[in-house]
Amino acid sequence: MRIGVIAIQGDISEHVDALARALEERGSSADIVTIKHKGIVPGCDALVLPGGESTTLGRLLIREGIADEIRQMHLAGKPILGTCAGLILLAREGDEQVKKTNQHLLGIMDTKVNRNAFGRQRESFETGIDLPFLDLPYNAVFIRAPGIVECGKDVTILTQLDGMVVAAEQGNVLALAFHPELTLDTRVHQYFLDKFI
Amino acid sequence: MELEKLRHGTELIKRGFAKMQKGGVIMDVTTPDQARIAEEAGAVAVMALQAVPADIRKAGGVARMADPQIIADIIDTVTIPVMAKARIGHFVEAEILQALGVDMVDESEVLTPADNKYHIDKTDFTVPFVCGARNLGEALRRINEGAAMIRTKGEAGTGDVSEAVKHMKQILGEVRALKGMSREEMTRIAREIEAPVELVLETAQMQRLPVVNFAAGGVATPADAALMMRLGADGVFVGSGIFKAEIPEKMAVAIVEAVNNYDNPGVLADISKGIGAGMKGISVDTIPQDQVLQTRGW
Repeated sequence: MRIGVIAIQGDISEHVDALARALEERGSSADIVTIKHKGIVPGCDALVLPGGESTTLGRLLIREGIADEIRQMHLAGKPILGTCAGLILLAREGDEQVKKTNQHLLGIMDTKVNRNAFGRQRESFETGIDLPFLDLPYNAVFIRAPGIVECGKDVTILTQLDGMVVAAEQGNVLALAFHPELTLDTRVHQYFLDKFI
Repeated sequence: MELEKLRHGTELIKRGFAKMQKGGVIMDVTTPDQARIAEEAGAVAVMALQAVPADIRKAGGVARMADPQIIADIIDTVTIPVMAKARIGHFVEAEILQALGVDMVDESEVLTPADNKYHIDKTDFTVPFVCGARNLGEALRRINEGAAMIRTKGEAGTGDVSEAVKHMKQILGEVRALKGMSREEMTRIAREIEAPVELVLETAQMQRLPVVNFAAGGVATPADAALMMRLGADGVFVGSGIFKAEIPEKMAVAIVEAVNNYDNPGVLADISKGIGAGMKGISVDTIPQDQVLQTRGW
């Protein structure tokens, strides 16, 4: 089993550490590989798109030739987790902010996103949220976080906050506006691992 | 969900913001047009300034926070985070920057210090701070004051990378030296470098600074940026290096690509071709002692 973490920019080591902790807790093992260049995605069984700056990530995914590989992986039905910038990249369409920077989106989920739905850094926050697959609330960290403003019929809404969808699922693809990799609570990563391990 | 329960400006949120910048290039800009070029090139953030460090150095006099109008215009232009500089100890400039909606404040030695004993108490703020450091003691004192990110000071506005190299090696070397030390030894080190012992212990245990650590001060070419990444920087600030270059658009793209390919000399060779001349620069050795910026800060 091989899990790829897109490592162009952002909080990559935090995702790698969170995956390693989650695997250890469940007594499973898997290779975790970081991906900066093309040619590695096709050999992965699951993929993580970390947090970072979506504008930068989108541009470099195209320049490095990784974007098409991720789309192929999705067509093959393999699980993908996107957090924050990852949620934006997975979307079909962005708001005006996204459009004015000619940002490249992967169009894997039938969603429309608002890039900085909750404002600038001073408005960033952490708060307890309920997720349908967890018994107890989850402390979610939102940093210049995006939100999903429109969902197609194949998209399952998992949680909303202030009228915005902040966690959603479409088939094997999980998109989160917050950062489960920044806390020690591995329950969200466990839910993702349940999809393929 | 009730919005009252949202917790803003926590340590996790501030340090988390810095983590999202990792592996990225943060570029100094002085106009909305420059900010657009930086964003288009793939910068993860821009630093909004009245003048780039090379020009601040040339102009002399007192360097202060940029005109809020310039900062506001840049905020309106780009979608990536906007940072701005406040003078060391000038907490009112920092409050103004926070009120403007700046995403991170750089309490910077490039500006003329407003307080020659104390830095800003950064724990009072919702907005995160980045501060310069030349060694581990300086870095940990800034973190203790609430800095969410550290950058090497280097020697800003020179285009001479040697001081950034020196500071990065110094900090990482001091972190490595803590490995295997007893608590007693680390307590003595903490006294010597004038840093809180808890942070020395945390650094020793993590074997890295407890916050994100960027390189800054003299980075002028794709090779310079790749060098700093090879030495262990989490990312790179480029000040005068972009908009004092012959062709800023090409230099900006090349430096972003160099940071993503820092460990591949063949790709770096391609990236560095045909991008025009880098900034002219000045050798650090030739700068009179009273014009050295890195010694500002305590």
